[in-house]
Amino acid sequence: MTESASILTDDDILTQALTWKKDGRSVALATVINTWGSAPRPAGSQLAIDETGQMVGSVSGGCVEGAVIQEALEIIKSGEPKTLEFGVSNDEAWEVGLACGGKINVFVEKLD
Amino acid sequence: MKTALLEELQQARAKKRQVVLATNLTSGNQKLLYPFENEESSDLAEAARNALQFDKPATFESDDGPVFLNIFNPPLRLFVIGAVHIAQALVPMAAGADYEVTVIDPRRSFGSSFRFPNVTLDNRWPDEALEELDPDRRTAIVTLTHDAKLDDPALQHALKSDAFYIGALGSGRTHAKRQQRLLKAGFTAEDFTRIHGPIGLDIGAKSPAEIAISIMAEITAVLRGKAAP
Repeated sequence: MTESASILTDDDILTQALTWKKDGRSVALATVINTWGSAPRPAGSQLAIDETGQMVGSVSGGCVEGAVIQEALEIIKSGEPKTLEFGVSNDEAWEVGLACGGKINVFVEKLD
Repeated sequence: MKTALLEELQQARAKKRQVVLATNLTSGNQKLLYPFENEESSDLAEAARNALQFDKPATFESDDGPVFLNIFNPPLRLFVIGAVHIAQALVPMAAGADYEVTVIDPRRSFGSSFRFPNVTLDNRWPDEALEELDPDRRTAIVTLTHDAKLDDPALQHALKSDAFYIGALGSGRTHAKRQQRLLKAGFTAEDFTRIHGPIGLDIGAKSPAEIAISIMAEITAVLRGKAAP
């Protein structure tokens, strides 16, 4: 997670996703759909990922972005959307978690 | 998500429309909803309206599984009529609460960048300025001049708009006179109830900064559905 990515507004995230797509790249969008406890980013927060793993935006302020990117690259290939769960209560499914103790669900989809 | 749908979403946002992206989390099917642009009374439309009004994305349980409602609201705006002392306190507070603020005052000695550095100033008559600024459902309008020549044209324009909040500075007596003038101008008593006056929540405010707090508190209460619009 770079500084420049964290200060981008929502508008820039979707604009960047469209720009990548028009450049002929494959793109995935990740959106926080639910949060419990002290999650770092609210529902509606978005992250755009291109096929090379570049990203703009944030779904957790850096805690789980690495795992989201990995899944996004899979979803870019399969085309099947998926809801990911992150949080301390779900650590058998995911090695990454939220240090803050919160829990979030992230919907990841390919931009067709 | 279909690229065409994302393009439509971006166009809607550029036009400052209130739009909801509804995503079926099971199938991935998506559509855009504009729930304030129609009278549709379905549960989904209601849920979308609520999400927009309270700036809070939500999950709607449909017959076909959960549907995530992501909201795209245009920015909040505040138009202040009267570059007066209270405005000097109100403007930074509103900016801090993420409003795009414009101060409107044709009296250039009041509405000067010396008195309001780094603030968007409009030196046209209020009705002319509001005509172009085009207040929408995400706009609050506040008149502070105490001068009917400036306040009334602004209020008349505000009442014809969808502004979510209209407030007018002045005592109860001033407000009663204002009502008579606006009724004479053809507005109904019901129209007039949209104007919050005397302006602000009753917190015993005295100084300009305190009055600004009471105004900002009232605007917030209306925005978040805690007080009547």
